[in-house]
Amino acid sequence: MEQILELRSLVKDYPGQRALAGISLAVPRGSFFSLVGPSGCGKTTTLRLIAGFEQPTSGDVLLNGEAVNHRKPYERNVSTVFQSYALFPHLTAQQNIEFGLRQRRAADIEKRVKSVLALVGLAGKENRRPAQLSGGERQRVALARSLVLQPDVLLLDEPLAALDPKLRKQMRHELKATQRRVGITFLLVTHDQEEAMSMSDQVAVMNEGRIEQVGSPEDVYLRPRNPFVAGFLGAVNWIGGVGVRPEATRVAPRDGAGRERQSFGLVTGSVFLGNCVEVFVRLESGEDVVAQAPRGSSVLQPGQAVQVCWDAAEEMKFS
Amino acid sequence: MRLRSWFLFPTWVWMTVLFLAPLAIVLAYSLLTRGTYGGVGQPWTLENYSRLLDPLYLAILLRSFVMAAAATALCLLLGFPAALFIARAERHRNLYLQLVMLPFWTSFLVRTYAWMFLLRDTGLINTMLLKIGIIHGPLPLLYNDGAVLLGLVYGYLPFTVLPIYATLERMDPALAEAAADLGARPWTTVLRVIAPLSKPGIIAGAVLVFIPCLGAYLTPDLLGGGRTVLVGNLVQNQFTTARDWPFGSVVSIALMALVTVLLWAFLRTRKEPLV
Repeated sequence: MEQILELRSLVKDYPGQRALAGISLAVPRGSFFSLVGPSGCGKTTTLRLIAGFEQPTSGDVLLNGEAVNHRKPYERNVSTVFQSYALFPHLTAQQNIEFGLRQRRAADIEKRVKSVLALVGLAGKENRRPAQLSGGERQRVALARSLVLQPDVLLLDEPLAALDPKLRKQMRHELKATQRRVGITFLLVTHDQEEAMSMSDQVAVMNEGRIEQVGSPEDVYLRPRNPFVAGFLGAVNWIGGVGVRPEATRVAPRDGAGRERQSFGLVTGSVFLGNCVEVFVRLESGEDVVAQAPRGSSVLQPGQAVQVCWDAAEEMKFS
Repeated sequence: MRLRSWFLFPTWVWMTVLFLAPLAIVLAYSLLTRGTYGGVGQPWTLENYSRLLDPLYLAILLRSFVMAAAATALCLLLGFPAALFIARAERHRNLYLQLVMLPFWTSFLVRTYAWMFLLRDTGLINTMLLKIGIIHGPLPLLYNDGAVLLGLVYGYLPFTVLPIYATLERMDPALAEAAADLGARPWTTVLRVIAPLSKPGIIAGAVLVFIPCLGAYLTPDLLGGGRTVLVGNLVQNQFTTARDWPFGSVVSIALMALVTVLLWAFLRTRKEPLV
């Protein structure tokens, strides 16, 4: 697939601190790509370098195969949805959305604004100011304001972080559906691995200014390249040097049957999570593991002797 | 009395003794007859007010208004970029703010005299220009409207920088980034986003400059050399040389009324509160 955005060995130094230690990345045209990592891993810095708010210390940002390092933000055909949305408070939703089109002296502004308002579901709210809109509506205005420009790449900086959890999950689906419909390349930055995996075609996991692994959500979750990626994307039980996800770890009273992959231990406690029960087990080796078990498993009592088993295919091994 | 009232008590005393009482005295004087050697005497009269309509005095009022408006406009034009620069500075912000406030460490009178030393015929500027040979006779820098305007702008510039800085400093930096991101060039970002959003600071700055400039007395007196008579000089003149306290009071009250009406009319046009 053709790539629309490429980063080549991007390095960004701040006084006394290296924010990016050589990032290389290729984002395919029309894809939904996520940068995910803990806070301070350099993901937002990467986004700011692509938008042009900051200059890399070394390395290149290529848009459509062309280095854009020295272009100002207003000379790059990318657009950002800010974490704070950064809507202009003195302008109405409509005026906010028109802003970029007016700078470009675009034709048929009215028509384009109308269609993007319909796309994000804001029709009827165009004359409200940001202060008169809900959090979710503001998020849509911010998205519409960037989408209407049909940028080469739409940059989203933690766009859902300011929303409440229920709305956040709903907006994930909407965002993904919108991306599919408009076909614009989305580059999302988030610290929420679930958010990244649920929306993206590809995920790049970042840590301490480096990219640890790039791949599809299944790839990075099921076949993490190193313990950091494994641990960042989900919980891991470390059993005798291999990693097993809690949802792949089964726990049951000892039945005496011999299995290839099993360990014995005692239940130390359990937590009811609604859709499942998390059972905590201390293995004979001294390792603590968590198993996600169906609701009925609460018959397991603390102190009970259990066996923990898993499939060989679910093991994550790192050299 | 409740606690709240006790806390407000000093303020009430202060306002009554030092603001309301003098105001009442000025109002009373404006309605009395002038005494021969200054001061006031009976009988009560409204005649002083009718003298205000003399074209001579109306012209002075108009001149003061124009001068104050020009000084305010210049202060905003100079103050806004300065405030923006300080708000955007990554380092030394406090130093820049200190520099803006530095002139307040010296008396306004002394600083105005300093300008006289710079501007007069044998002053620093003329001497230097003559030495370099750019001019062959001293430029008339002092004792004219330009000198007064310069003095006013110089004196009141900090009053526009500081409130504008305060609004800019509170502004989300992502707003300017968003404007650039949407394709706005720096000038457009300033005119369409930053300036409209710093309106409260601009208005506060304008009010803080316009009102004292309208009643300015020291600057026109020293830098205008008595040739540039503004309302402030007129009032001072009535109480000193002219020994016409009642008319001086009338002019004072007219000035206060003008400011109040202007401010009220202006605030009425705004929906949002000032700050």
